[in-house]
Amino acid sequence: MKISPIEIKLDQRSRDLRKLIVQGIDGGRRGHIGSAFSLVEILRVLYDDVLRYDPKNPCWPQRDRCILSKGHGCLALYAVLVDKGFFPAAELKRFCKPDGILGGHPERHKVPGVEASTGSLGHGLSIGIGMALNGRIEKAGYRVFVIVSDGESQEGSLWEAAMCAAKHKLSSLTVLVDYNKQQSYGTTAEVLDLEPFADKWRSFGFAVTEVNGHGVDELRAALAQAPVDPKKPTAIICHTIKGKGISFCEGNLSWHHKTRVSDDEIKLLYAELEAR
Amino acid sequence: MRQTCLNMVYELAKQDPRVVFVGSDLGIGTLKQFKAEMPDRYYMEGVSEQNIIGIAAGLAMDGKVVYFNTIATFITRRCFEQVVIDLCLHHVPVRLIGSGGGMVYAPLGPTHLAIEDVAIFRAVPNMTIVAPADANEMRRLMPQTVNHPGPIYIRLGKGGDPIVTPDDQQFVIGKAYAIREGKDALIVTTGITLKTSLEAATALAQQGIHAAVLHVPTVKPLDADAIVAQAAKVPVVVTIEEHTLPGGLGSAVAELIAEANFPAAKRFKRIGLPDVFPDQYGSQASLMERYGLTAAHLARTVEQLHVAGVS
Repeated sequence: MKISPIEIKLDQRSRDLRKLIVQGIDGGRRGHIGSAFSLVEILRVLYDDVLRYDPKNPCWPQRDRCILSKGHGCLALYAVLVDKGFFPAAELKRFCKPDGILGGHPERHKVPGVEASTGSLGHGLSIGIGMALNGRIEKAGYRVFVIVSDGESQEGSLWEAAMCAAKHKLSSLTVLVDYNKQQSYGTTAEVLDLEPFADKWRSFGFAVTEVNGHGVDELRAALAQAPVDPKKPTAIICHTIKGKGISFCEGNLSWHHKTRVSDDEIKLLYAELEAR
Repeated sequence: MRQTCLNMVYELAKQDPRVVFVGSDLGIGTLKQFKAEMPDRYYMEGVSEQNIIGIAAGLAMDGKVVYFNTIATFITRRCFEQVVIDLCLHHVPVRLIGSGGGMVYAPLGPTHLAIEDVAIFRAVPNMTIVAPADANEMRRLMPQTVNHPGPIYIRLGKGGDPIVTPDDQQFVIGKAYAIREGKDALIVTTGITLKTSLEAATALAQQGIHAAVLHVPTVKPLDADAIVAQAAKVPVVVTIEEHTLPGGLGSAVAELIAEANFPAAKRFKRIGLPDVFPDQYGSQASLMERYGLTAAHLARTVEQLHVAGVS
């Protein structure tokens, strides 16, 4: 399948969402930075164009469920939830602080709009299946979206869940894989290769599409087509760049998870988002 | 006990549309009637315990009360992290029904012996642990599980365990029950060793030693008030459980007694499995014998501690 080049320029909205992420980094002076930047367009398109939700009533029973199974990318989710009005931007200043609700991994009972407490990888898809099964039992009509990482796809539990979703023909379930091809230690190819990745999902019973994970139009189109097959769950493999949008973060593993982010680095992050 | 438990799940499901049953790879025909009558709330999801815990959590987050049954070791060890995060952290109503708690599966070897299950789950916030003594107690417990907040681990015995709980006994999750009174010693027990304890107390009475028996079907949250109040009345306290010594009921009682700061120290002993993997097959009964989980050994232990105080 032909995928457009992922080294594209970001538009103003994508840059603005990244500025909210930087506000969070500034607040906590730490975070899984590269992991958040790779995921912005996936979340942006979901929350702008796909999901049904009510920020004033985050537990609205008919809402679509979106689970960030790669919980370490939470800064991007927090940015989008702020943008949509689930909670005020001021919370970003308290990221990882004792009096804050926003931790280094998202928690359901603390953050409005967070569906599941994640952080340990390989949990979110199973939880999403449970929610999708409940939707089927109740004939509720809501859909479930689960965002997983590539490193996460090394967890056996993810593939137990994949088999299960296919067994139940859960077409109301869509998995989006943030495939930035890097994990903490190195590339996924070096650490524990996932390829042939799309074939794996296909052979586990998913209808699979691959997209440029920073291409807003492509993401929109792929999500609009889901479910691709009315008898299968959908997997959308989103090809992304870790640290996307910040030249010195892109593909730079020292920005996978960073602590003690300096004033100068915060300035550089903002400057990059202004310049591009 | 298992049959009673699963039958109760079926009965509860008929009354309450929130009740869902999930199994892993249980015996053919398990809850056949449930499946026939309520197919949308019956799942058999294969040998995938980690996934099943997550599914159960997702169902429960959206309002269901989920009963998941498989072998006790697989529901405690294999999916431990899923239990901690998906169930306990989220504080959702999922009931883990562990078949073969303790040494029920003795012939199958150490992979199937759930002898540290209570210790594992005692360490996790928000978890409730119950170990009924017989099928009648299971029948009293199960209706309490529907609306109880947060996850529950239900430790099952072998099945066909003799009925030892009094017919008029109530069941409230978190309560301990004084089954027998006695001024000389207190035996604290949970699960099927209630029978062992009552037999020991009867034998001791014939020697003029009067041992009270406190049954603690809920190991977590522990009925600390009842245990401390009963312990306060006697000089000797002995615990017995079908579980390893580190971290089980005996440890919990020891912690309570240590912190109660009684004016006179209690003479105290825990009876349970030593910190080893059992090295024999045989039967539950033969392993209980091997490790001293018998009425005779319990009575002897109480007697020795009693005599030590008298002399």
